[in-house]
Amino acid sequence: MSIKEVDRTLPTTRGETAGTRERRSVVQPKRWKRYEATLIGTLSVVGVLAVWQLVANAGLIPVFLPGPIAIGGALAKLFTDPRSEIWIDLATSGQEVAIGYGGAIAIGVVIGILMGWYTRFQYALDPWVNFFYSTPRIVLIPVFIIWLGIDWPSKVAIIFLGALFPIIINTMAGVRNTDAALLRVARSFGASDALIFRRVVLPGAVPFILTGFRLGVGHALTGVIVAEYIAARHGVGKFIADTSVTLQMEKMFAGVIFIAGTGVLLTWALQRIENRFQSWRPQIKS
Amino acid sequence: MRRPAKLIATGVVVEYWLARSEKIFTAVDGVDLEIGDGEFVAIVGPSGCGKTTFLNAVDGLIPVASGSLALDRREITRPGHDRAMVFQQPGLLPWRTVLGNVLFGVEAQGTMSRDEALRRAKQQIDLVGLVGFEDAYPSELSGGMQQRVNLARALLTDPEMLLLDEPFAALDAQTREMMQLELLKIWNRDRKTALFITHDIKEAIYLADRVIVFTKRPGRVKDSITIDIPRPRDLRVKRDPRFVAYEDRIWESIQEELAVKPERLLAGMPA
Repeated sequence: MSIKEVDRTLPTTRGETAGTRERRSVVQPKRWKRYEATLIGTLSVVGVLAVWQLVANAGLIPVFLPGPIAIGGALAKLFTDPRSEIWIDLATSGQEVAIGYGGAIAIGVVIGILMGWYTRFQYALDPWVNFFYSTPRIVLIPVFIIWLGIDWPSKVAIIFLGALFPIIINTMAGVRNTDAALLRVARSFGASDALIFRRVVLPGAVPFILTGFRLGVGHALTGVIVAEYIAARHGVGKFIADTSVTLQMEKMFAGVIFIAGTGVLLTWALQRIENRFQSWRPQIKS
Repeated sequence: MRRPAKLIATGVVVEYWLARSEKIFTAVDGVDLEIGDGEFVAIVGPSGCGKTTFLNAVDGLIPVASGSLALDRREITRPGHDRAMVFQQPGLLPWRTVLGNVLFGVEAQGTMSRDEALRRAKQQIDLVGLVGFEDAYPSELSGGMQQRVNLARALLTDPEMLLLDEPFAALDAQTREMMQLELLKIWNRDRKTALFITHDIKEAIYLADRVIVFTKRPGRVKDSITIDIPRPRDLRVKRDPRFVAYEDRIWESIQEELAVKPERLLAGMPA
């Protein structure tokens, strides 16, 4: 018998068997409770969209606010119209993010681990990490475009710098956060430093590292869109810039919503992965 | 009965560097102690008397400033496979199951093959009464069960000497008594040399062949009392007149160290 099962034949405190009488001591959650979050969330979105559509239909704000239906239509048309260049934009932005964000993960995790594990390494890099993390990296875009041109290298640089620091800081915190009692146990059993790192420090740091990845996604997406917005040949940010200055509001909003959707999806996926790695944590969700 | 000596401590001094006040702090100051092969020794003493520090030195976690500390005539300088510690805080890896945690000790030592470790781990889990909980995570266990895992992890390494640092201090009274009883049962199987730190006088008398009383800080051996109560002992022995006599004697020995006048205690005044 696993500890999660309850033997229903065991007598309750009143001396009756559980099957014959409703048990009061354990409150069983109602079935709809499981869907409560999804249900309320959906209702909220649908409600706001409906109000938005009504406002748009009433013509209170004439030209510049298309309703959700018009935007939905524009979004669909973007992907179905054979003359649409959205695929080139998507491929451009996608590659920039993949290289920049991938690089930030690879280098950020390594630097974060080194900074967490070797105090002197942290002393050396702390001023730089704090400096760059506090700087709004968006302001560097014009400089990067001058240095690296208007094509992908300047975008990759901005995405990389955007995602790098949250990943470094979280990874370092994860390594630093190792429970001193666990280290003592490992040392007492004569564990080597390598074993302590692999079996104690790293598994404990994984949830932190994944949180860094999740925070990095937001920075990476903001970076690519703003950088393309300022100067680019192709890309989703460039598309939003072009459609907004030419007042093609449906298309512009379609682009914005597409980006927001991508962000939500990536964050959700990373949250799922985080939860998987934390299944051993006690459940405190109500 | 005279046993051959297992652990020999001569003039053991342990010092700490206190970073905040920039001073050397002497926690243990000249402990002389001999523990025989297969002997169960408990150390009691006022809080902060350095008994846990001494145990950490025996484990090799902190260096000895002067004097000598030897197990089986080998000088102790670092943690070794011949000792295993049961900690006050269970110190279980939260992402590992009970089985995974029991295996961690031998895994860290790297001396036992995986198959052998797995087979013996299951025996240990059976011995400490955790059958059915192999796949449970520490967060799903009660404090008493976590300490069983802690104990099984140490036993699995099959040490020459078992070190126990107030392992039952954080448990409630009933669980603590159960654990004491079970610890004695398990210990009785192969009667390994054991050094048990506690602040609970009854616990010390109930478990040990000999109770050592430490002075207040810096710790030294003040008293050594052989507990002449036959084994196996069940929990009722705690009400035996001999047991109570030992208890009084040790209690008074500790009170002397605390320098609280008995009249004040009788009057119920704060110490």
